[in-house]
Amino acid sequence: MLFKLIKRPEPSRAMVFVSPLVALGLTLLSGIVLFQIMGVNPGQALYAFFVEPLTSKYGWGELGVKATPLVLIAVALSIGFRAGVWNIGAEGQLTLGAICGGGIALWLYQVDSIFVLPLMVVCGIAGGMLWAAIPAFLRTRFNANEILTSLMLTYVATLFLSVLVHGPWRDPDGFNFPESRIFSDAATLPLILDGTRLHLGWIFALVVVASAWILMARTIIGFQIKVVGEAPAAGRYAGFSVNKVIWFALMMSGGAAGLAGLVEVSGPIGQLLPSISPGYGFTAIIVAFVGRLHPVGVLLAGLLLALSYLGGESAQISLNLPLAVTGVFQGMLLFFLLACDVLIQYRIVPATAKSIAS
Amino acid sequence: MDILIPTLLTIITAATPLLYAAIGEMITEKAGVLNLGVEGMMLLGAVCGFATVHFTGSATLAILAGFLAGAGLSIIFAVLVLGFQSSQVATGLALTIFGIGLSALLGQNLVGIAYDGLPKLTIPLLYDIPVLGPLLFSHDILVYGSILLVATVAWFLNHTRPGLILRAVGNSHDAAHAIGYHVLRIRFFAILFGGGMAGLAGAYLSLAYSPLWIENMSAGRGWIALALVVFATWRPWRVLIGAYLFGGISILQLHAQALGIGVPSQVMSMLPYIATIAVLVMISRDRNKIRLNAPACIGKPFHPTS
Repeated sequence: MLFKLIKRPEPSRAMVFVSPLVALGLTLLSGIVLFQIMGVNPGQALYAFFVEPLTSKYGWGELGVKATPLVLIAVALSIGFRAGVWNIGAEGQLTLGAICGGGIALWLYQVDSIFVLPLMVVCGIAGGMLWAAIPAFLRTRFNANEILTSLMLTYVATLFLSVLVHGPWRDPDGFNFPESRIFSDAATLPLILDGTRLHLGWIFALVVVASAWILMARTIIGFQIKVVGEAPAAGRYAGFSVNKVIWFALMMSGGAAGLAGLVEVSGPIGQLLPSISPGYGFTAIIVAFVGRLHPVGVLLAGLLLALSYLGGESAQISLNLPLAVTGVFQGMLLFFLLACDVLIQYRIVPATAKSIAS
Repeated sequence: MDILIPTLLTIITAATPLLYAAIGEMITEKAGVLNLGVEGMMLLGAVCGFATVHFTGSATLAILAGFLAGAGLSIIFAVLVLGFQSSQVATGLALTIFGIGLSALLGQNLVGIAYDGLPKLTIPLLYDIPVLGPLLFSHDILVYGSILLVATVAWFLNHTRPGLILRAVGNSHDAAHAIGYHVLRIRFFAILFGGGMAGLAGAYLSLAYSPLWIENMSAGRGWIALALVVFATWRPWRVLIGAYLFGGISILQLHAQALGIGVPSQVMSMLPYIATIAVLVMISRDRNKIRLNAPACIGKPFHPTS
C-alpha cells in the first residue's frame, strides 16, 4: 500500500464541498484521455461538450428543460437515500406518471379548460406514487428488498407504456406509428421564457427544491428521516416508525418522479411515445449523490448533469461522437465522487515504513 | 415430443447466463460484499466477447474476453469499496450506469452484425440415447461449464478450507480479521470472481443466446440474477434451480407469443420481471430465513484499523 487511511475524529465539512469539485476535475481529465483514445481533439470535444451548448439563450433554456426532471427526481430520491431507502425505480415511476397524466390529456383532448393541466399534474403525481407504493408495501409488509422490486417494476412500466401506445392510445390519424395524439394546447405546459423551450416544469422543480429544504431542515418527519438513516437503533429507541419513514420516502420520490414524467410528456415531448426518458430516473441517482443529498446541492448537480446530456447531443452533431459518451461521463463522475468522498471520513497519509510497522 | 425437446433446450440456453451471473454474485455476497453492478459487468462482457469473436473469429478468445471484461470492470468496484470505503450500493449502481454507457460506446460499430453462435459439442454415444441424449449431450461448452461451476462452487463453499474462510469473512469480518485472515484481500478476489462470472454471463448472451450485439441487450438479467441469489438463500444448487425456473418463464413467454394467445406481446414480456418480484416476496417474507442464510456482514464496509 502506498498510502494509508486514518479515520478523522469528525467528518470533514470542507471535504463535503471539495469532493464533488475534485471529482469533476478528475472526470474532465479522464475525458481528455478518453477523447485522445477515440482519436478526437480533446479541446474541441470538451468545448462541444461543456461550452457550446451554453453559447445561446436557447441553450440555457434547454439546460433548464433537461435539468427539470433530474432535479425533481433527485431531490426526492436524496430524501429517501438519507433514510436508507433505496428507490432505484424512479424511471418506472416517471413512466407511470407520464401514463396517468398523459392519459388525462388524451381523454380530455377536446376539452379546452384551464383545469385540464392541474388534473394532469395531480394524476401524474398519483401515478408515480401508485407505482412506488408497490415496493413500499412489499418492503414494509413482506421485507422484500426495494432495490430489486422497484427496478423490476421499471421494466414492467416501460412495457406497459409500450402496450398503450402500440394499441389503445395510438393516434388514429398517426399512420400506425406507435405514438399517441399530440396533446391539445390546454394540456401542454406553458413556456416561461421567450425564444426557448423552458416551461412551467422548471418552476415546479424550484418549488420542490425549496419544500424539500424546509422539510429536511425544519420538520419532525425530516428529523426522523435523518435519524432512521444514520442511526436506525436510535430511531427505534426514540419510537420512530421505520415503516412510516419507508412509506414516506417512497411516496415522496414516487410522486416527484411521476411529476417529472408528466412534465416531460406535457412539456418538451407533447405526446406519449414508447420511450419518454433517456434514463433520467437513473441519472437522478448520480445527481442526488453529486448534490450531497442536499436540495440546493441537488439543484446545482442537476444543472451539471443536464449539461452532460446537452453536451452529448452537441458532440454528436458537431464531432459525430456517439451519444453513449454521456453515460460514460456520468458513470465516471459518480466513481470519482465516491472515491473522493473517502476524504470526508478519512485522512490520507503516505504509508512510510514506520506507519506500516505501527 | 417434437416440440418438447427444442423447448427444453431453449430453456437451458436462457438459464445459463442467469446461472453464471448469480453464482458469481453469490460468491461475492458470501464474502460480505453486495455488488449491484452485475448488469453493467454483463453488458461489458457481452460487448467484449462479441467484438473479440468478430475480429479474431475465435470463440475461445471471445469467452476469455468476456470473463476478463467483467473481472476488469469489477476491479474498479473493488478498489472503491475496499480501498476507498465507498458505499457498496452507490458504487454498484455507478458500475451499472458506467457499464451500460461504456458497452454502448464500444459496441457502436458492432450493431447489426450476426454470428453463428458457439459451436455445439456433441458427446458421442451418449448423444444416441433417445430423448435424453439430444437434451443433455449436445450443448456448447459454456452450458457444460455452468453445471460444473455449480458443483465446484458447492464443493468449494462447503467442503474446503478456503470456502470456510470465505464464509467466515462474510459472516464476521472482525472475527476473521482477528484470527489473521486478510479480509480485504479475500473480498477482492471474491469481487473479481463475481465480475468474471457476470462477464461470462454477458458473453453467453452475445455469443450463444442471441448471437449479436444490441445496446442494453441484457435487459435486466443482471438484476434478476441478484434476485436469484436471494431466492436461492445463498446456496449454489438452489441457484441452479432458480436459474432454470427463470429460464423456463422467459421461454414460456416466447412460446405463448408464438401460439398467438390474445394478449399483447409486451404483457407476456413482463412475466420474468413480475415473477422476480413474486419470488422475492415469497422468500423475504420469512425474516428469520433471510437472517439465518444471508451473510451477516453483507454491505458493511471493513477497515482494518477502525
